[in-house]
Amino acid sequence: MDRNLKRIAIENSDSIVQRWLEAIETLKEGSFTSNISDELFESTNREFVNVIFKSIQAEGSIEAVEVFSEKIITLGWPLSYITDGLQFFRRVTIEFILSQVDKLDSDYFSKVLTGVDNWIEPIIRQLVNEYTGSWEHIVSLQRVALQELSAPLMPVMDNITIMPLIGTIDTERAKLIMENLLEGVIRHNSEVVLIDITGVPVVDTMVAHHIIQAAEAVRLIGSTCILVGIRPEIAQTIVNLGIDLAKFPTKSSLQKGFKSALELTNRQINDLDQGVSDIEQMIQSLKGE
Amino acid sequence: MALQSCVNIKKEWDIVGARQMGRDIAREMGFGTVDQARIATAISELARNIYLYAGSGKVCFEKIDTIEKRGMCMIATDAGPGIVDIGQVMEDGFTTSSGLGAGLPGVRRLMDEFDIKSAKNVGTEIKAIKWLR
Repeated sequence: MDRNLKRIAIENSDSIVQRWLEAIETLKEGSFTSNISDELFESTNREFVNVIFKSIQAEGSIEAVEVFSEKIITLGWPLSYITDGLQFFRRVTIEFILSQVDKLDSDYFSKVLTGVDNWIEPIIRQLVNEYTGSWEHIVSLQRVALQELSAPLMPVMDNITIMPLIGTIDTERAKLIMENLLEGVIRHNSEVVLIDITGVPVVDTMVAHHIIQAAEAVRLIGSTCILVGIRPEIAQTIVNLGIDLAKFPTKSSLQKGFKSALELTNRQINDLDQGVSDIEQMIQSLKGE
Repeated sequence: MALQSCVNIKKEWDIVGARQMGRDIAREMGFGTVDQARIATAISELARNIYLYAGSGKVCFEKIDTIEKRGMCMIATDAGPGIVDIGQVMEDGFTTSSGLGAGLPGVRRLMDEFDIKSAKNVGTEIKAIKWLR
């Protein structure tokens, strides 16, 4: 029975393909394919339908499906293209096969339904698996990339280190910040650490709590922590929330924070020109004698 | 009341999603940067409470647009364990999770109106409004 259906489908593949192409053409009017050229859309459609037929003929030819899904993924087309396409194929094929018989009975009807379903299901399963697998892979790669970016520590001078924080701080990242901070303070032998929160969009109680804990831990190992980059609106929300940041110094900008870090380490910035003119003055005064 | 948009809170990153959506709505309505930051922080607190204590829930936003007043309303609902003593959690410094204990009283100060309903083992609903000035 199933073989018989398959024979009908394959023998009439031309007209099924024709109908399918007409059906999938309606997708083009939808949102996602509007910026794809007509030629690419058409050639991909043809390839898609060939893959479906190949898979039906070979009872699940895995390789062709794999190649095709990879192509769709690299093109960046949405998963709905695949699922809609296969859904259309199922509808068109069932309609076609049913239109070939003169007398319809419910038994034949249900056999056609299950028969076609059995062809389509493995393809859907495989394509969807490939697709989600690729997304999961991307997400896990990005998670690693994000983790590498999450808590950088830069020794800018002897005894002075800066940790610029950009983006949202969640529990996992807060842990990393704490670890990197303490490890870095020991490794670089820092006396002063500047934590820059210019790039942190929202400072809520959890973020503040983590920063306070990190600063306290830095204090315990004998260094000073200065919180810099507090924007005016963040300052207001911190006050509204009633968070007490009085235990360690805070500054509005990294520049100001760096100056007080220099003061704390008994250093200051001198203009080079100033030094030169001082020497010139000395020479002048020597000449005058 | 205008149309409502909701964000489901299930994972920690949903907090960021809720915050983003709330901030976008606030910006669109014409709130200034300080009020945007206040709203975003309040959303962050409410969403985090859902994530920490109830496990899952949702945060909804509504634009209030009447002749007298315009504003933004946020409603955080969950079906979590509920709050036994509301008076206690509204006190500064009270916490059950070794946090700062500034969350709910902080939200009340950040927003203009604040309403909390909770029943033990039924869930909690918190409604907060910020008026546009």
